Amino acid sequence: MLAMNYRGPYRVRADQKPMPEIQHPGDAIVRVTRSCICGSDLHLYHGLVPDTRVGTTFGHEFIGVVEEIGSDVENLKVGDNVLVPFNIACGKCIFCQQGLYGNCHESNPQATAVGGIFGYSHTAGGFDGGQAEYVRVPYADVGPMVIPDDMDHDDAVLLTDVVPTGYQAAEMGAIKPGDTVVVFGAGPVGLMAAKSAWLFGAGRVIVIDHIEYRLEFAKRFAQCEAYNFRSLEDVVLFIKKTTDYIGADVCIDAVGCEAAGNAMQTITGRKLMLQAGSATALHWAINSVKKGGVVSIVGVYGPTDNLVPIGNVVNKGITIRANQASVKRLLPRLIEHVRAGRLNPKEMITHRVPLEEVSDAYHIFSAKLDNCIKTILIPSSANK
Amino acid sequence: MENKDFERKDIIGWGIDANPLDVPSYPMKLRNENDNKGMTWERPSQQLAQVEILTSNERPTITAVFGTPNPPSGLSGKIRRYAFKFSESSYGHWLPLLLADRVNMIEGVVDDFKRGHFPNIFSELGGKSELKHNPKGFARKVLVGLAITAAIVMVCRRDNDDEDDEY
Repeated sequence: MLAMNYRGPYRVRADQKPMPEIQHPGDAIVRVTRSCICGSDLHLYHGLVPDTRVGTTFGHEFIGVVEEIGSDVENLKVGDNVLVPFNIACGKCIFCQQGLYGNCHESNPQATAVGGIFGYSHTAGGFDGGQAEYVRVPYADVGPMVIPDDMDHDDAVLLTDVVPTGYQAAEMGAIKPGDTVVVFGAGPVGLMAAKSAWLFGAGRVIVIDHIEYRLEFAKRFAQCEAYNFRSLEDVVLFIKKTTDYIGADVCIDAVGCEAAGNAMQTITGRKLMLQAGSATALHWAINSVKKGGVVSIVGVYGPTDNLVPIGNVVNKGITIRANQASVKRLLPRLIEHVRAGRLNPKEMITHRVPLEEVSDAYHIFSAKLDNCIKTILIPSSANK
Repeated sequence: MENKDFERKDIIGWGIDANPLDVPSYPMKLRNENDNKGMTWERPSQQLAQVEILTSNERPTITAVFGTPNPPSGLSGKIRRYAFKFSESSYGHWLPLLLADRVNMIEGVVDDFKRGHFPNIFSELGGKSELKHNPKGFARKVLVGLAITAAIVMVCRRDNDDEDDEY
């Protein structure tokens, strides 16, 4: 089968790889019909995530058709169109029982801090991902969901990660009616966080980024204010001033370890890799939220400490809540929002690329070329 | 061991939130009777490990399922095995893993050659899309690359000249 193949930082290609096989009675094999490139994939692509082995297939946002099921699988049948949450979750451990499907304790032997994730390095369990024609889906009875007949498949594929992650970013902000919410990052997750903030009753939503086309898109898509930090002398000061010198009620970090905006962080974190990425967005979020406010983090950070101003967190009494989205818990509500037209994720899709052109797709998304917001990869086997 | 200096019942309000199934937090955690009891759940059936799977030393056992592609091999594999002697909270774990990734990249190129595949680095880097959507940036990168190469060549030549002068 054809699959994306990671060869080292910034180097990927489409290659023939062996077909995945059932390895556990709870497995299913899914023929991928659509997969996305996620902003989180760029951390892998740039070589920032430890234990990303050459030969890995990325891709944790995908939908497809069930081709084969293991002997224990009861909720799916061959031929079902399924959306597959990016978390691999057993449904039995104490974390899954609490709805923390992003924290499953039975899907990632390599690390306890995070559960298994499709195509997200061996630090997240070493599973191959969905940027391929076929993919092995463990615990197929737990995560995957049959796509409702009335749902557009472009919406469905975005419900596997980007929509729930953006929504949970807003949810973790504990937004109260009238709150000012600042979202750092105008990528797809930031856009969904901004859009979701309104659903929770925000009175004002501000998006900060440095790429003009993304800011223009944010204004249109999320009906929010959008500012380019490159044109601001000091982004934290700007937020303080625009909130009557109080600070934002809620700040959302939807950027993670590859944030621009601070030369020292960029040099030490992104270029020299002397620390696990750049913590610029987190610094800004912590420093521009009001005292007693909430910082919600969904951006991906490396596993080591990153010069986070934790002293400020203590002194300001900030609540920080962060997690991988628990997709399964959120899906019923999100589907309702999509059906009602309150969320319109497929509008973010700007590029549809055959899987064969995965190298160019990654480069366009990574380098922010061609006004790219969201890319979908379509294998030639999608329309079998 | 219990502190006998005070009786908890004398502390006003103590125990008001002691029922773990009744914690009013946001969002409401789905508490259950297994909370605080360790790894007590009914474990899923165990996937058999057909390849070497490195396991965090912060776990008592391997997880019920795991990914099997790309098991550790070669020099990078040795470095990875060393890394897994350290816990996830240690630089001794993460830094060797990052080093192993860089070594693995070179191993990947060697493997390509072994299989008779000459890697098209330009294509893998997405060069075609850079040329199409950012021709100025592409030209700048080429010029910078040439300048760096020329500088390295000049330095090497000068070093060689210096060595020749010694004889």
